Amino acid sequence: MTVTEKTANAPEPGTDGDKKAPLLEVRDLHVEFHTREGVAKAVNGVNYTVDAGETLAVLGESGSGKSVTAQAIMGILDMPPGKIPQGQILFRGQDMLTMSADERRKIRGRKIAMIFQDALSSLNPVLSVGYQLGEMYRVHQGLSKKEAKAKAIELMDRVRIPAAKQRVDDYPHQFSGGMRQRIMIAMALALEPDLIIADEPTTALDVTVQAQVMDLLAELQQEYNMGLILITHDLGVVADVADKIAVMYAGRIVETAPVHELYKRPAHPYTKGLLDSIPRLDQKGQELYAIKGLPPNLLRIPAGCAFNPRCPMAQETCGVDVPVLHQVTERDGTELAGRGSACHFWKETIHG
Amino acid sequence: MAETGKKDVAATPNVSEVHVSDASTTQEVEAVLDAPVERGEPILQVRNLVKHFPLTQGILFKKQVGAVKAVDGVSFDLYQGETLGIVGESGCGKSTVAKLLMTLETATSGEVFYKGQDITKLSGRALKAVRRNIQMVFQDPYTSLNPRMTVGDIIGEPFEIHPEVAPKGDRRKRVQELLDVVGLNPEYINRYPHQFSGGQRQRIGIARGLALNPEIIICDEPVSALDVSVQAQVINLMEKLQDEFNLSYVFIAHDLSIVRHISDRVGVMYLGKMAEIGTDAEIYDHPTHPYTQALLSAVPVPDPDARERRERIILTGDVPSPANPPSGCRFRTRCWKAQDKCAEEVPLLAVPQVFVGKSTPAAHESACHFAEEKDVVGAA
Repeated sequence: MTVTEKTANAPEPGTDGDKKAPLLEVRDLHVEFHTREGVAKAVNGVNYTVDAGETLAVLGESGSGKSVTAQAIMGILDMPPGKIPQGQILFRGQDMLTMSADERRKIRGRKIAMIFQDALSSLNPVLSVGYQLGEMYRVHQGLSKKEAKAKAIELMDRVRIPAAKQRVDDYPHQFSGGMRQRIMIAMALALEPDLIIADEPTTALDVTVQAQVMDLLAELQQEYNMGLILITHDLGVVADVADKIAVMYAGRIVETAPVHELYKRPAHPYTKGLLDSIPRLDQKGQELYAIKGLPPNLLRIPAGCAFNPRCPMAQETCGVDVPVLHQVTERDGTELAGRGSACHFWKETIHG
Repeated sequence: MAETGKKDVAATPNVSEVHVSDASTTQEVEAVLDAPVERGEPILQVRNLVKHFPLTQGILFKKQVGAVKAVDGVSFDLYQGETLGIVGESGCGKSTVAKLLMTLETATSGEVFYKGQDITKLSGRALKAVRRNIQMVFQDPYTSLNPRMTVGDIIGEPFEIHPEVAPKGDRRKRVQELLDVVGLNPEYINRYPHQFSGGQRQRIGIARGLALNPEIIICDEPVSALDVSVQAQVINLMEKLQDEFNLSYVFIAHDLSIVRHISDRVGVMYLGKMAEIGTDAEIYDHPTHPYTQALLSAVPVPDPDARERRERIILTGDVPSPANPPSGCRFRTRCWKAQDKCAEEVPLLAVPQVFVGKSTPAAHESACHFAEEKDVVGAA
């Protein structure tokens, strides 16, 4: 892994970190929200790592804690009501949760950038697109307005917005949904970060535009050798771009696997149910498999395995013991690299 | 059924003939509307439906400066007991079609025949009778339910407007039955919408749609706001209800895989026009319109092994504005096959010349001058 100085400024936090450590490592992260009704445990011990050039897809339904984890990494959680009672977020080996606000600000945007879901509400409607793009350079690198604007045009070109020079002074509402999402991507790319977190980047877009945007993102990722955390609920998008997948349910990672493995042989009943419940373009079945019940209320997460009330394989022990993330092995005991399943009966799930 | 006159629909050769009923008095019309339709017979026939929203300028003296051509000449049939899927990108006019079918919007021109009655021309009691038989399920279960009404009031409200369906004393029982039908606990009758999750709310919306025993339900993106695991539950419920109550669905969605799953026939819309229409196998396995092909190839398939095999057609640019659509074929600005002819001639929705008389699945209606078959899904 090579770390190049991107700005001429004095040493930055992050670059002097441990070079052997993974780009980003989340260790046993907990996030809770204190509300009037009680404590909502949104994230309950999440672990994952991302290396440079790698795409990690975090898959989950609404309320599974996937976006909250991302916000905790970016340090943009509303605190209070949010609270991080325990856990570490290591960026190149340095714990970001113990850093001062100033140090974190130097990482945010410059080293880790985020792409939000809804481009229209994430962009300021009363400022021109060029001004908002240029802000990155003005604030972080102290460029003049004129220089920043030139940089903004360059960026818009890079994300293939036609006639960038003419459109730099346009306002967000003058762009279409796909173009706005490109601007969001451009903004995240501005300082050539090492890691991009994309929170449902294409959910609001039409399929034809979604394909364009995902392609662009994958291409830029390769070009800059960035790490990418892709947060989504769309199993199709994940299959197209991810290297490895972490499936989340009720604030926990229930399964991790390389992308090909997960679709072929899911090792957790939840993943299996999800895969069976999506209608496929190339297959027309009769009735869809449906996971019964509803995702749990985070104020009252079921005891034991959070999935047990909806699980077809649930036994008595599932309502008592919280399953740890087991290393998944072949029948003969050889370990499958990068595979884990938080299910007491993962063997039965994967090997039938 | 009182039907005599036949109407000529030369412009759209591939839809069945409309048997216009000659009922003139309100009683006669109501009788026609109450008559049952055989399975496999057309129940709803849409002909050259047009909806233009005027663009005006000036405050006091409004003058029309143009029009957003949201729906611009759409024709299709809905048969009794079938599901017709309508797919397309946002802004292609699919939701406007839904509103026109519900007569929530007045059509600029064109006809919607329900059992031979042109419902765009009806009013008063006759229109009320039509509306009883055509109901709608909306997209967003969070905004389509009044937060200040209990579930019982929401589902029972249709009975206030159509008291003949359920007499007053019976209503509560009927609402509880409906809750049971859609898989909700009948004891929830006094709860408010915020006490339910998204999937449950959509079930309430479906129960409300079913309240008046309609024959047609128009579903405008009924599952797109729901989580994957809940989507499957709602889709299964809708299929079950269709069999149980012998319903016909117009299923509007942008998710192509869900549409394929639930539909018998599928229409693909682009910028206010129907680009291609046929059975689900014809559209998905043998698409002939370039737009359909691009749309299908862009759908992410949940199978990582397929990503290398699959040929992807990535369209450039965005959908043009419906206020100023391209001349000729509306897709030509993004089409890789476009030639001069496409800018001059509007392609008609018909079986393409190359396939006429052939018995291949590719011989279905497609509005393209250069239609050719291409398997993009890779099912076979």
